[in-house]
Amino acid sequence: MINIKNRSLVSITDYNKDEILRILDIAEGFEKDQRQKILSDYVIATLFFEPSTRTRLSFESAVKYLGGGIIGFASPDVTSVTKGETLKDTILTVSNYSDLIVMRNPMDGSARYASEVSPVPIINAGDGANQHPTQCLLDLYSIRKTQGSLDNIHIAMVGDLKYGRTVHSLVQALSLFNTTFHFVSPESLKMPSSVKTWVKKAGLEYHQYTDFMEVMPKADILYMTRIQGERFPDPLEYEKVKNAYILDNAMLESSKDNLKVLHPLPRVNELNEDVDDNPKAYYFQQAQNGVYVRQALIAAILGLK
Amino acid sequence: MNNKRTELKVSAIRNGTVIDHIPAENVFRVFKILNLDNTNRQVYIGTNLDSKKYGKKGIIKISNKYFENEEISKIAIVAPTATIIEIEDYDVIKKENVALPESIDNIVKCFNPKCVTNHQKVPTSFRVIEDHRGKMKLLCRYCEKTMGQENIDFI
Repeated sequence: MINIKNRSLVSITDYNKDEILRILDIAEGFEKDQRQKILSDYVIATLFFEPSTRTRLSFESAVKYLGGGIIGFASPDVTSVTKGETLKDTILTVSNYSDLIVMRNPMDGSARYASEVSPVPIINAGDGANQHPTQCLLDLYSIRKTQGSLDNIHIAMVGDLKYGRTVHSLVQALSLFNTTFHFVSPESLKMPSSVKTWVKKAGLEYHQYTDFMEVMPKADILYMTRIQGERFPDPLEYEKVKNAYILDNAMLESSKDNLKVLHPLPRVNELNEDVDDNPKAYYFQQAQNGVYVRQALIAAILGLK
Repeated sequence: MNNKRTELKVSAIRNGTVIDHIPAENVFRVFKILNLDNTNRQVYIGTNLDSKKYGKKGIIKISNKYFENEEISKIAIVAPTATIIEIEDYDVIKKENVALPESIDNIVKCFNPKCVTNHQKVPTSFRVIEDHRGKMKLLCRYCEKTMGQENIDFI
């Protein structure tokens, strides 16, 4: 059952497997032919209450390639939010000026709330530490594109698995497919049990490691994340682990030929720049795939694809 | 003889409600949730009473008061083992275990300080779920965080 038209996308779990695959198929069409002017009669609002580089620019690029109009802001400083306007009032106002609202907001759950009060569909472009479903869709697109399928993939997720929202959503989405998970992290940043329960309930396998190299020969996808120092209650502990999860080019020697390195970006130091020229590095193409996926999502929600 | 003494530890009431099998450590939370510190009715409280089933238990008896479903569901969150007994003229007219509702709306706060419900005028809404150990948790409809009993704070 596919029901995407006029529906908000707040959390990746709002979509079933068929709906996810439908978006990825439409995105493939946009990768082949990106400049389809199907949005010429439409206005899309991008409301970014928080800074963003890739997400905002790729949404705006997606709309412009489709010939649509864009309104919005990249910071709430220039809006009535500074006068104390509520989120509800902002959404109700902007919905008068646009056909669809893309929103990033630092409050957890703000996207679900916006979707309940808005007469036009909302796409969640990140609500605090909660959800970022379009990142998840572009990750899935990148995995399928580089591996040929989403089934039977061994994915190694590396770094901060405790707080990283992208890895949590990706585990949820990949649990719809026959995935084997390899979780690599320091003890203090292990994958939460709620996420592991999700994997178990789906009847899938996961393995946990603290040694990065152990996972290298097994993975089809190496999904890197950043370890943030401020996550550690004890700075000494951070010092101990901060260099243990840095990927450099030499480490990729023992990896499979089909391995691709993904990263939601921005990176700090966990991906050495000498990896960039290795054909296994895929993170910048991954960011490019974000445009196709966002074109697909907008087109599907507006009922144009 | 011994049995009789145990039963008489808390006085019987003629009409009203007995809330039995409250986890001993949550008796005062139940008391607070039901707003019993502001009642003019007679209230008896017992705590750390022996219970065959639970080891220690608490009990609250309120004269001339019967509770609505919404109030009962509030109790269920902190005292899922509780039994609600309605008394008329010293006779038990109704006895039932509290039941956790599927959702808890606008009764408890979200413990996540970054949740939208703590910043905008949004009524809270939680789904009642069990974690992998079978413990009750509340899943926030908005921020999607789960909180355990220890984090529950009422609006």
